Amino acid sequence: MNFNTDKRFIPFVKHRKKFFSFSIIFALVGIILLFTAGLNLGIDFQSGSKVEVMSDDSFTAEQVKDDFAEAGSGYEPDEITLAGDSNEMAHASFVGMLGQDEIAEIQTYFIDKYGEEPSVNTVSSLVGKELAQNALISVLIASVGIILYVTIRFEFWYGVASIAALMHDAFFIIVVFSIVQFEVNVPFIAAVLTIVGYSINDTIVTFDRIRENMREQEEIETFDDLAHVVDVSLNQTLARSINTVLTVVFAAGAIFFLGGEAIRSFSFALLVGLIAGTYSSLFLASQLWLSWKWKSLQREKNKPKEKDPEDLEPEI
Amino acid sequence: MVKKWRIVTFFVVVLLLGGLISQTVMNTAKGINLGLDLQGGFEVLYEVSPTEEDEELTDETMQATVSALNERVNVLGVSQPNITIEGENRIRVQLAGVEDQQSARELLSTEADLSFRDIDDNERMSGEALEENGASVGFNQANEPVVMVTLKDADRFGEVTGNIINEYERGNDRLVIWLDYEEGDSFAEEIGKEDPKYLSAPTMPQSGEPIYSKDVQIEGDFELQEAEYIAEVLNAGSLPVEMEEIYSNAVGASLGEKAMDNTIFAGLIGVALILAYMLVYYRFMGVVAAITLSAYIYIVLLIFNWMQGVLTLPGIAALILGVGMAVDANIITYERVKEEIRSGKTIMSAFKSGTRRSLSTIMDANITTILAAGVLFYYGTSSVQGFAVMLIVSILTSFLTAVYGSRLLLGLWVNSRIFNKKPRVFGVKENEINEL
Repeated sequence: MNFNTDKRFIPFVKHRKKFFSFSIIFALVGIILLFTAGLNLGIDFQSGSKVEVMSDDSFTAEQVKDDFAEAGSGYEPDEITLAGDSNEMAHASFVGMLGQDEIAEIQTYFIDKYGEEPSVNTVSSLVGKELAQNALISVLIASVGIILYVTIRFEFWYGVASIAALMHDAFFIIVVFSIVQFEVNVPFIAAVLTIVGYSINDTIVTFDRIRENMREQEEIETFDDLAHVVDVSLNQTLARSINTVLTVVFAAGAIFFLGGEAIRSFSFALLVGLIAGTYSSLFLASQLWLSWKWKSLQREKNKPKEKDPEDLEPEI
Repeated sequence: MVKKWRIVTFFVVVLLLGGLISQTVMNTAKGINLGLDLQGGFEVLYEVSPTEEDEELTDETMQATVSALNERVNVLGVSQPNITIEGENRIRVQLAGVEDQQSARELLSTEADLSFRDIDDNERMSGEALEENGASVGFNQANEPVVMVTLKDADRFGEVTGNIINEYERGNDRLVIWLDYEEGDSFAEEIGKEDPKYLSAPTMPQSGEPIYSKDVQIEGDFELQEAEYIAEVLNAGSLPVEMEEIYSNAVGASLGEKAMDNTIFAGLIGVALILAYMLVYYRFMGVVAAITLSAYIYIVLLIFNWMQGVLTLPGIAALILGVGMAVDANIITYERVKEEIRSGKTIMSAFKSGTRRSLSTIMDANITTILAAGVLFYYGTSSVQGFAVMLIVSILTSFLTAVYGSRLLLGLWVNSRIFNKKPRVFGVKENEINEL
């Protein structure tokens, strides 16, 4: 056993109440924000069209507006945003779907004028809704699957705590997107789902160590015994947690800064999720498990002993 | 005793691997199909409904529609068309790298329904009277291109023309030929226009005799290209259904290329940062990690190539994220080995127990992530699915390279005993080691 060999022993459990309160406050603020500011839904989630044009020179919003007016009657973009290092790209969104002929008209105009074929994306509201619904259903089904798997491999409370961490991370990303008002699109959903996978991965690695140390711990008499196991496990896996998140942040950060417009909101969601994921597996998941586990141990103790205790807690 | 042959084996393996990768990686990378977000092209999701209201949409009809669409896409010569049925009444068409997006779109959505009508828009004969593959391009006396169609039955055409001759006065006895006549279209409205919607409206012959012929020539002041297009569409067959666009995404070729260049550049920088970090932090084990990571990227590309997968932007992101997972497996193992060394074990036994004990951690972490990716694949639509496929391939490959690859390469060195009593090679200081 090499408990306490590390000079930098961080007492995570001692501060758990602070982390819980912080997360609860954040969750409340998040819910309020979602109801007031809401999300900046891209056209993937509402009926609409988006035209992306590119030129060799830089654009101004005024110029893009004039271009659309010139391309044909009735093209008035509802929103124009400029992008690229020197504004050489412009995105124009329209409420409602552009028809095939309208798209042809716009494309022809911009090809003639700038020599670049614009990208056009149209979505009916039905498709976007289905997509969001499917993503939500996928996460729920995946959660049930993960709880089942973790219950079989570990124990029920590990499963529930890891799902709590997962939900926290997904929610965290959504709230941050509500704050910064970045566009929520299909790649955003892919990013949230990636973080769901990463969060699980991260939490399981910590739980795996707790499980191992629980096996080696002879007896759990007091809350402090249990808390000590959690602290030791977190400290043991700390180097790994930090190194892993750093390397993934390198990758996600590189895509965010250099990967261009198309996947900026995707990589931003990844970055936010990685921070949330690290926070939740260090400060939330294990502490939640600790609280729940301790309560269930207390209940076991208070029960009249009829059954063989091994049937109740096979993992210890 | 240092066993030198193990170290020699290590260098042989690394050299062979390096040789293989440097020789084939370019071909492998070039052989991968790029999605339309990376090379330009477009994607349309159609909602399909039966032509007659009381008809039901069966699987056979959907299949027939997909075949008809495939026929049409062949006309365009797109190299990797992807036409799939989604749900019960949707068809997704993805044409990556198509040059002329507008005519491709038109070609897809036309119903290719040829009809012969009188000037009051009553249908006299439908497209069903056409012989299959009977359309071609010909030239009339003035050497203008015309579309030639072959009918199944000459008597039928005689009957139709005879009726028109009887019912209408001279001058109004026209047979109006429409492509994709829609409810509300009218000959009376279109005749004055410069570019009428119907193809042509010939009057009946001077002789006043019905035409008993299988071959019909459509003269519509066509350009040659236009005539060829109509003939090809007619041969490709009409669609048995009506289709409405509910989602479309067109990406300009240069925008796609720009996105790809950016992402690949960003990916390379990201991977370089990761490798540098691993080298600095894990010293010798970092070298092994760098080798297995290179192998990982190569193998993922290879598998993706074999699977005929389509690489999209989210796919590249999944690949880079997979690098993170592969690094994680390495980190978990190395941290464990370091811990075992600190606990006072010899390097060899620390390596043995460290790799063994980290395996179950890596397994559990990877299986839960694959579980999530699997659900994503099952419920997601095209681009999310592409992401999920890439994630699953990445996790499986990272498992292979980061667990077994690392173990093999590191094992060669450790078991050669060259590192015995040299914990610093693994980033462990002597004073950190507990005495047993």
